[in-house]
Amino acid sequence: MTFKRPDGRKNDEMREIKAKVGVIKNADGSAMFSFGDTVAIAAVYGPKKMHPQHLVNLEKGTLRYNYNMLSFSVSERIRPGPSRRSQEISKISQWALEPVVMVDKFQGEVIDVHVNIIQANASTRCAGINAAALALAHAGVPMKDIVSSVSIGKLDKQLVVDLSKAEEDWEEGEGATDIPITMTSDGKITHMQLDGQIKGKQLKETIKMARKACKEIYEIQKKALKNSLEEEK
Amino acid sequence: METPKVTTERIREYLKQGKRFDGRKLDEFRNLTIETEVSDKAEGSARVKLGDTEVLVGVKMDLAAPYPDSPDKGNLMVTAELLPMSSSRFESGPPSIESIELARILDRMVRESKFIELEKLCIKEGEKVWNIFIDIYSMNADGNLLDAAGIGVIAALKTARIPKYDEKEEKVVYGEWTKDKIPVKKDTPLSITFHKIGEQIIVDPTQEEEDASETRVTIGSCNGVISSMQKGDHFALSVEEMDGIIDLSEKAWKTLHAKLEKALK
Repeated sequence: MTFKRPDGRKNDEMREIKAKVGVIKNADGSAMFSFGDTVAIAAVYGPKKMHPQHLVNLEKGTLRYNYNMLSFSVSERIRPGPSRRSQEISKISQWALEPVVMVDKFQGEVIDVHVNIIQANASTRCAGINAAALALAHAGVPMKDIVSSVSIGKLDKQLVVDLSKAEEDWEEGEGATDIPITMTSDGKITHMQLDGQIKGKQLKETIKMARKACKEIYEIQKKALKNSLEEEK
Repeated sequence: METPKVTTERIREYLKQGKRFDGRKLDEFRNLTIETEVSDKAEGSARVKLGDTEVLVGVKMDLAAPYPDSPDKGNLMVTAELLPMSSSRFESGPPSIESIELARILDRMVRESKFIELEKLCIKEGEKVWNIFIDIYSMNADGNLLDAAGIGVIAALKTARIPKYDEKEEKVVYGEWTKDKIPVKKDTPLSITFHKIGEQIIVDPTQEEEDASETRVTIGSCNGVISSMQKGDHFALSVEEMDGIIDLSEKAWKTLHAKLEKALK
């Protein structure tokens, strides 16, 4: 039997990507990023004064990340408000972005990154990070680079890029392994997670696949930022 | 107490020459001791000491409705509390992100490796299944709570007995146990965390070493099959460094697994 993805994509093909900068007027920077049906919106406020006072760090600025799924973003309603899952993803995403944000440029202050998933079909944390990177750049936050994020999947024995929900729930053969990876444009890994079953050798291949996909995403992000500059002219 | 900067710098200097303060090799774990059945109320329990780091892990069971997406499987819930007693760094209050992350990493180590045969813990499909609660408490924190807690989870699960169940009353008879153990696989998954300090990768850091760590990667694996993974902390890793850690993980599992088997004897 030959392997076929549920939506007919090629193994190294991502879903249609849309990226748009400047979607929340009130925010200092904002962006929408989507992988097919998975839509993330990010808004950045700051650098601004840190509240409460005892959280102030005088040595460097603080980057705060808040990942949230809207209650109606999935088929079975999720209870509004922070969950253990969302708190962990927030932390992981903050770490994914910190290597490129120049936190020493806003000592004692805070930048808040709010990410909301308004529609979910897997790979939400990756879409969120991609949107957040754009929103930070849009806000004019000093950055060395931007990051790009993608999920690599192993469905039975086959590696594929950008997992959908149907693929995440893959049950045949060895089932699904989900590996979200975030990279800088020069290929440094700032975030990587894994759930499933995979051997070391194949895991190294997933990193190569992610590198290629992240390059594609990076080009789309760059274009979205350029477009927003042109619109402002 | 925070680690002074001068100590952190000294740790980095030493590691450049491949040396650690306590004379260990880069891939060497501290002394491991495991005591099981440390609580007579718990279904299974363990006290793990890894050097001066100590954790207590307990397993409790009760009956509940299954999750809608797994109507014929038992439920698993892992939580962790970093007790203020175990370090001046921890404060009481709602769960900190550190404790949430620790519990969730170990939850995935158990779940994704399919160590517990959850399908054998169903009493009535769609209605009643066993709930397994794994609760982790730090007793003394001197670095690498994560791996110590992972060992504790495995040891507590391996020795846990299923309590008696009164079918008429549909209640668990606490304090009385059946002869059945929680069904677990023979192959043991372990969670091992690799820390990058300068150019070196080390395992099982002391608190001082952990404070000097730039970034970490936790890999849950069993016999060369990796089933969970998480990169944490602020700094990036190159692809070569990540490949190196993946290569290290198989040998590290063998080393720690041998230590675990020895300590459980």
